[in-house]
Amino acid sequence: MTDYRHLKDRIAIVGVGNTAYGNFPDIDDFGLGARAFRYAVEDCGLDKNRIDGLLTCRVPHYARMGEILGLNPRWTIQLPPHGRMSGMAIVEAAAALEAGLCDYAALIYANIGRSRRVNYGGDESPGVWDPWGFTSPGAAHAMMFQRHRTLYGTTTRQLAEVSVAFRYHAGLNPNAVMKQPITIDDHESARFITEPLRLLDYCLINDGAVCIIMTTTERARDLRKQPVLISGIGAREAFTTASISNFDINFWYDEMQDVAAQAYGMAGVGTADVDALMCYDNFSPTVLFSLEGLGFCKQGEAGSFVEGGTLKLGGKLPTNTDGGHLSNSYMQGWALNVEAVRQVRGECGERQVKDAEVVQYCGATPCSRSIIYTPG
Amino acid sequence: MQPATPAKPRPRIDTVSRGFWDNARAQRLSVQRCDDCGHLHFPGSPVCPKCLSESQSWVPVSGRGTLLSWVRFHRAYWDGFRADLPYLVCLVGLEEGPMLVSNIVDAAPEDLRIGMGVEVVFEAMDDEVTLPKFRPSS
Repeated sequence: MTDYRHLKDRIAIVGVGNTAYGNFPDIDDFGLGARAFRYAVEDCGLDKNRIDGLLTCRVPHYARMGEILGLNPRWTIQLPPHGRMSGMAIVEAAAALEAGLCDYAALIYANIGRSRRVNYGGDESPGVWDPWGFTSPGAAHAMMFQRHRTLYGTTTRQLAEVSVAFRYHAGLNPNAVMKQPITIDDHESARFITEPLRLLDYCLINDGAVCIIMTTTERARDLRKQPVLISGIGAREAFTTASISNFDINFWYDEMQDVAAQAYGMAGVGTADVDALMCYDNFSPTVLFSLEGLGFCKQGEAGSFVEGGTLKLGGKLPTNTDGGHLSNSYMQGWALNVEAVRQVRGECGERQVKDAEVVQYCGATPCSRSIIYTPG
Repeated sequence: MQPATPAKPRPRIDTVSRGFWDNARAQRLSVQRCDDCGHLHFPGSPVCPKCLSESQSWVPVSGRGTLLSWVRFHRAYWDGFRADLPYLVCLVGLEEGPMLVSNIVDAAPEDLRIGMGVEVVFEAMDDEVTLPKFRPSS
């Protein structure tokens, strides 16, 4: 059977681990990655020498990572350091496990952007539009939000609902970087970075690492924790205007509609079944675009959809319960997938969504992905 | 002696993009047209994204377009833009189809409306590089 839907419930996340998040100038990406790996191995109780698949992302070199961890896998992939890679990585590892290219895959992501003063713009990421001063993913999202608010009347106070809800969740997450509560007025008075976006619309930049260990559902039964199954996946790229990085004139709506049809169709669930959403939030507008694209509301209506605490715990759609990139940690989607796993397991303490059985990850980006997790 | 003014980033001029910058220096806005299928695109590409032909030419366009969006930078990612803060960047949809990012000039933020007509103007950086920019249509 060659249809991707054959993968439904065949592959499980069995171990997750993450470091502390913050500013760690005395440890490098390999050290952080190794620490997250050790935590993930402990989480699932697997003998680390049985891991025969290695995927690295934002780690400088896969072979050095393997050397450090004492691994000689039979399946190795290194992905570029882009946020959109987290969902892609999990899908690729699932396919490799199903094909038998490896039995146990460790996916390792590390970021030292804070202590090394990474800006995500300017000469770090040269582009066609540099001579006009246009640079950075944040500016691309500002360009999109400006259009969204003109076309649909979306307000910055509605946008603030996203940042306020995620900061509230971060306050319930002992590991989060930014826990100080904020209000809509705080958002409105924060300084502009690229207008119309303000500081509190931007993700954090911090150091840290995440590791996810995956295997087949069959093998997962022998490990320490309840397996968390990959029940649905969806994927669609938007490369037609890739020179305007991190930008889509229609907010990745068509791509996310396609992603939603694939993921929900494969999992046999719909938006009404989603107990918690882990939504890629490099910038707050991405969350509005994702909600529309996935069909939680109609296009243009995400502003009113999020009003009144919809995304908060206890609201209609608890979203980014760890605080997301805006307030927990900028782990480029990786920590959101870990949070999804912990929600399904019921390990989230104060921020646990009651009876979370369908938890969805999504990222609206030039490589849009969604993954639906359920208990095994 | 005055400290040197920090430089702004310069375009990367290569075999694909050279025609665009030669035209700009002559105050002509151009996009790439496929000699085989007529597809218009920007930025330039080594092959036509539609038919994969390697035969591509830079052809002048009207210089007229629509303001699709705009932002205002309050942060300088290059020292060369620090003196310009806050500065305006626009996204323009040309009448001929392709989109491009540029700066809007001769307009204040309160004058800008998404959907308004804009037209090209040219600003020389130096003898080699001239940047196409846009202003509200007259």
